[in-house]
Amino acid sequence: MKRLAWPAGILAALLLVNLIFTDHFFQIEIKEGHLYGSLIDIFRFGAPLILVALGMTLVIATKGIDLSVGSVVAISGAMACLQISTLEAQDSIGGVLGAIGVALALSIALGIGNGFLVAVIGIQPIIATLILMVAGRGLAQLITDGQIITINSDPYKLIGGGYWLTLPFGIIIVAVVLALIAFVTRRLALGLLIESVGGNAEASRLSGIRSHGLLIVVYAFCALCAGIAGLMISSNVSSADGNNAGLWIELDAILAVVIGGTSLAGGRFSLGGTVLGALIIQTLTTTIYSIGVPPETTLLFKALVVTIVCLLQSPAFRAKVFRSRRKPAPPTVPAGEKVTVRT
Amino acid sequence: MFKKIMALVAVGVLATACGSGGDTTAEGGAPATSGGGDSTITMGFAQVGAESGWRTANTKSVQESAKAAGIDLKFSDAQQKQENQIKAIRSYIQQKVDVIAFSPVVESGWDTVLQEAKAANIPVILTDRAVDSPDKTLYKTFLGSDFVEEGKKAGQWLVEQYASETGDVNIVELQGTTGSAPANDRKSGFAEVIGADPKFKVIASQSGDFTRAKGKEVMDAFLKANPDIDVLYAHNDDMGLGAIEAIEGAGKVPGKDIKIITVDAVKDGMQALADGKINYIVECSPLLGPQLMDLAKKVLAGETVPERVVTEETTFTQEQAKQALPSRQY
Repeated sequence: MKRLAWPAGILAALLLVNLIFTDHFFQIEIKEGHLYGSLIDIFRFGAPLILVALGMTLVIATKGIDLSVGSVVAISGAMACLQISTLEAQDSIGGVLGAIGVALALSIALGIGNGFLVAVIGIQPIIATLILMVAGRGLAQLITDGQIITINSDPYKLIGGGYWLTLPFGIIIVAVVLALIAFVTRRLALGLLIESVGGNAEASRLSGIRSHGLLIVVYAFCALCAGIAGLMISSNVSSADGNNAGLWIELDAILAVVIGGTSLAGGRFSLGGTVLGALIIQTLTTTIYSIGVPPETTLLFKALVVTIVCLLQSPAFRAKVFRSRRKPAPPTVPAGEKVTVRT
Repeated sequence: MFKKIMALVAVGVLATACGSGGDTTAEGGAPATSGGGDSTITMGFAQVGAESGWRTANTKSVQESAKAAGIDLKFSDAQQKQENQIKAIRSYIQQKVDVIAFSPVVESGWDTVLQEAKAANIPVILTDRAVDSPDKTLYKTFLGSDFVEEGKKAGQWLVEQYASETGDVNIVELQGTTGSAPANDRKSGFAEVIGADPKFKVIASQSGDFTRAKGKEVMDAFLKANPDIDVLYAHNDDMGLGAIEAIEGAGKVPGKDIKIITVDAVKDGMQALADGKINYIVECSPLLGPQLMDLAKKVLAGETVPERVVTEETTFTQEQAKQALPSRQY
């Protein structure tokens, strides 16, 4: 748990900034029959990122990376909205479930494609998933015909924009998925197998682990998470935008994973850290809107915060700065620094 | 199991192949084989892409008015990539078309290819977006909207609406993509008009990237940080539509508790305007096809044309939206 102390501390610091600069930031009230407040917003808008980052965590644990999640987000949302828009009664629960089923099946198929390229063909993950990252946007635009598909369906609206028992429904989905992943990776042997494949794929294959199948499952699961996130994002605004939905979310997700303490070198992962990492990114975004950082400097502000976060996470940096303050040596660049920030 | 996976992958590969297949210059345009002999004008049009409903309406307008004007149109879709657009323009030069028109994806980097067109004696007309080239002789004219004027129109409506108001009017602004010409100009035009009266206060202004999702997210944060918002000014309809959802989620009535002004007038926006959720929309018309054909004919006839032609545009109130909605094309 000590590993989670730094990300948790950073999140607390960000919230503290809001406590000082933003009125009513911590105020939570009941409005229109559901919880309402900035903290709820952070969870609500952060839910898709948490999901994508959780899938990404497992992929990174196998020493891989999945750049195609943003495209899968767009494809899944586009597919679901297209299906619903052709329904005669857009409020029919059966029709909406069917549309969700098709969208998620397509996401899983795309993930299997990624896994196949990586595991069976042996293409490096960054290249294998880059193919879908680029081509997938085209596919999403093909589905939407280059238009924004607007729908009007209450059951579909529930996924990303609705509430259940006063809680945002997206959070409930995230909680269920998180519990599921935590169970199969930490209570069953799957987590250990994933870590061993990440540590050394060949050695684990020789010791009897079916690493090919495992990799395909992990990529398929990552795409499924992205698919669900795509449903949430499109449901939240009741429309599918093939161009902009999930744009750059892969970079945010990788950043969340890295902030959470999962090494890009594979072999170990932290689910709690990833959730904290995603929450840090979303809190940062909400903070920028709340305290009113000018849009021209938003990216610079984010880059600064993330740089500080990554420096604090680096043991080498901490050792140099906090032990001998007189010699602030140039900081060594931690692994997380290589990730381009576009949140 | 393996065979099943192979089948799925095959489907995936086919699907991605379709997706990327569009990268080559698409011949989706109307070939317009009017066969009018030597006098037929041939126009090469390099479109940005099909990134929004606005853009598709723009494409349709160009194609239809070319047909109506008896102009042979060669159309290409650049998929939002400058290199594709340059490629398309070069191929038009090789095909010796009579006139080239295009909407530049970005502002810079056009000098070389425009020089080539000039050397081949093919006049160039810019549509919708400008280029930042210092050499104004590289193109004949620029036909497009005046974004500053759009911002001013939005500001004027606001000033008229609140003419009798004595207290402060708290305004929040959803900007377009940071640094883009429409975002910069719509912001400055609006600020210029409302700046005359100190009661108008822009209390928060953030970028919503022209998308519904970001519009909703930013508006949600605005609503929490600022309890008293009177007016929302969004740089396009989509951000406004996202913001409407955020306002409704906060238990307020869009169009009444918070007045909403947007720019563009796409169909979804007009619907919201007719439903009373938006109060005023400044049109940014994509239907510049007829004006473009007119200009092309004038240029080829050797007439002088002004170097800047503004698209004919209007504004919509809720009542006007109800009337215009049935015949809205985009």
